[in-house]
Amino acid sequence: MAEMAYWEAIRRAHDEEMANDPLVIAMGEDIGVAGGTYKATLGLYDKYGEERVIDTPISENSYTGIGIGASMVGMRPIIEIMSINFALLALDTLINAAAKIRYMSGGRVQCPIVMRTPGGTAHQLAAQHSARLARMFMSTSGLRVVTPRGPLDAYGMLKSAVRCNDPVIIIEHEQMYNLKEDIPDEEFFRPLEGAEVVREGSDITLIGYNYSVHLCLEAAKRLEADGINAEVLDLRALKPLDHDSIRKSVEKTHRVVIAEEDEAAVGVGAEIMAVINEECFFALDAQPVRVHAADVPVPYNARLEKAAIPSAEDVYHGALKVMGKI
Amino acid sequence: MNDADKKRLLREMIFYRRFEDRTFEAYMERKIGGFLHLYSGQEAVATGVLEKAVVGQGNKNDYVITGYRDHVHALKTGAPAKEVMAELYGKETGSSRGRGGSMHIFDPTQNFMGGYALVGQPFPLAAGLAMGCKHKKTNQIAICFLGDGANNQGTFHETMNMAKIWNLPVLFVCENNGYAIGTHIDRSTAVRDQYKRVAAYDMEASQHDGMDIDIVMEAAEKAIDFVRSGKGPYFLEFMTYRFRGHSMSDAKSYRTREEELEWEKRDPINIYSKRLIDAGLITQDDIKAMEREIDENMENEIIKFAEESPEPRVEDLTKYVLDDNPDPRWIGPLQK
Repeated sequence: MAEMAYWEAIRRAHDEEMANDPLVIAMGEDIGVAGGTYKATLGLYDKYGEERVIDTPISENSYTGIGIGASMVGMRPIIEIMSINFALLALDTLINAAAKIRYMSGGRVQCPIVMRTPGGTAHQLAAQHSARLARMFMSTSGLRVVTPRGPLDAYGMLKSAVRCNDPVIIIEHEQMYNLKEDIPDEEFFRPLEGAEVVREGSDITLIGYNYSVHLCLEAAKRLEADGINAEVLDLRALKPLDHDSIRKSVEKTHRVVIAEEDEAAVGVGAEIMAVINEECFFALDAQPVRVHAADVPVPYNARLEKAAIPSAEDVYHGALKVMGKI
Repeated sequence: MNDADKKRLLREMIFYRRFEDRTFEAYMERKIGGFLHLYSGQEAVATGVLEKAVVGQGNKNDYVITGYRDHVHALKTGAPAKEVMAELYGKETGSSRGRGGSMHIFDPTQNFMGGYALVGQPFPLAAGLAMGCKHKKTNQIAICFLGDGANNQGTFHETMNMAKIWNLPVLFVCENNGYAIGTHIDRSTAVRDQYKRVAAYDMEASQHDGMDIDIVMEAAEKAIDFVRSGKGPYFLEFMTYRFRGHSMSDAKSYRTREEELEWEKRDPINIYSKRLIDAGLITQDDIKAMEREIDENMENEIIKFAEESPEPRVEDLTKYVLDDNPDPRWIGPLQK
């Protein structure tokens, strides 16, 4: 067991999977000689060479397409998109091709690619580096979408994603790369499906994914001081979404707050509310509340940025509202 | 090339023309739905290029990929005609199990990696197929067939650049039929000669008559040798013409009858038939007999198979979205 940062965990998963299988390659902007914007492939260029750790031009749609083509002949590409904003350029190859090829070939061709990308807001990166697009990917048939909340999942889910036969989008987060967690020394895998209760509670369920799990955990601590025992559910996978775990927790606590860093419309929270409505409406004792980003492009100014993005404080207040305390 | 091969090539081109004509009839009878894009007029290009590639040998084949006008490329690569027709009929026995249709023929048992409706997509996919071949050191190459209209997608430029910097074994075949859907090349594209556009990436390229299969084969052989020998990508442009509209819903209002007649004089099947007749290899009667035999086979084998095959079951609607037999070690469920 050793403490490891999120970026180190991703780097270790790359390293082990590349050592394990010569068909695993990594590709993306600045991932080779430069070692990756968030150091996720640091040192791997020297270890595996330029044919396996491939520095690409700034051509997201086509290098994603090249990864997809390579995966169709058995390669296992891990494609890094430097920021999820740039993934918009790759939507044609990702959604029109990778997500559909298995289906439109009648199951005869598969595209086992992994796309990794940081997909949150950081510190004053402004509108074009702060998009949160989880809701768009989770609405696409033929993709798997996962959101590791910490080093353990970042490592174990990347390893599973490389071996899985489906296209997998891993949404990381700019503010989590230095987050540390104890990780076993021996190899392990974390599954690509299934939500996880990261804090047991009985009075209210706080549902998060990716970075917002940490907001929920912080809010739960504050609620505890108020005598409210909150459960925190990490969705882990947005597609396929684990309905059972959502239902089970709601049936236990009867109250829900959903924390999402995305804008609300047609979003993760909206989907979860629909699931709750359809599957466990009568278990509710209060209207669920979404805590979400403001409906604005993310501003540069720090004060405005803070106001645009949900905080632990916002989740806490959302919970108090659901509990009828405010 | 021996005389038997020449006659076989002529037969293949006639078969492809008749195949497309027959799909037209089935479409009019509403047995084929969706969009249907026919290849009639361009036969010499796919037939000639792939004659010089490794095709029809299963997974030893070179990899072939193209846009939505894909029936003939699939057939020449080795996809069984019965399965391609059954796919157009939307049947479970079709090349894509009835899930793809005309625009999405796949046959991975022959390394035919699909038809795509987004015309810029096959460029990077082909480069990726080539990257896989290079990485696995299989000596196979990837061949990407697309029309001139596709060259105005950004992926054209992005992929030419990467194919060149990574020295990928990929052959791009531009079938320049002069129209991007219904817009003439002079109105959509700054240069008429498409092969000149890859000069910007220092890529080998050449332009040839696409209506004469002997010219196509000669050019293809050189280009394929170049790519297979590890010298990098090559861009081949063939000047050709589609005799029918862009798709079945096309009234061809954007071109003149005079222009069509000019090109029809250069019908690739007529050019090659005449050459073989003049050389004394075949007679007009032989060709008539060949056509009769093709049509009989078309009805008695291919159409019959498509008509009689079962439809996909509605219970199977959600098959093939993700891996239907995933390994629980990677997928879960999560141990709690």
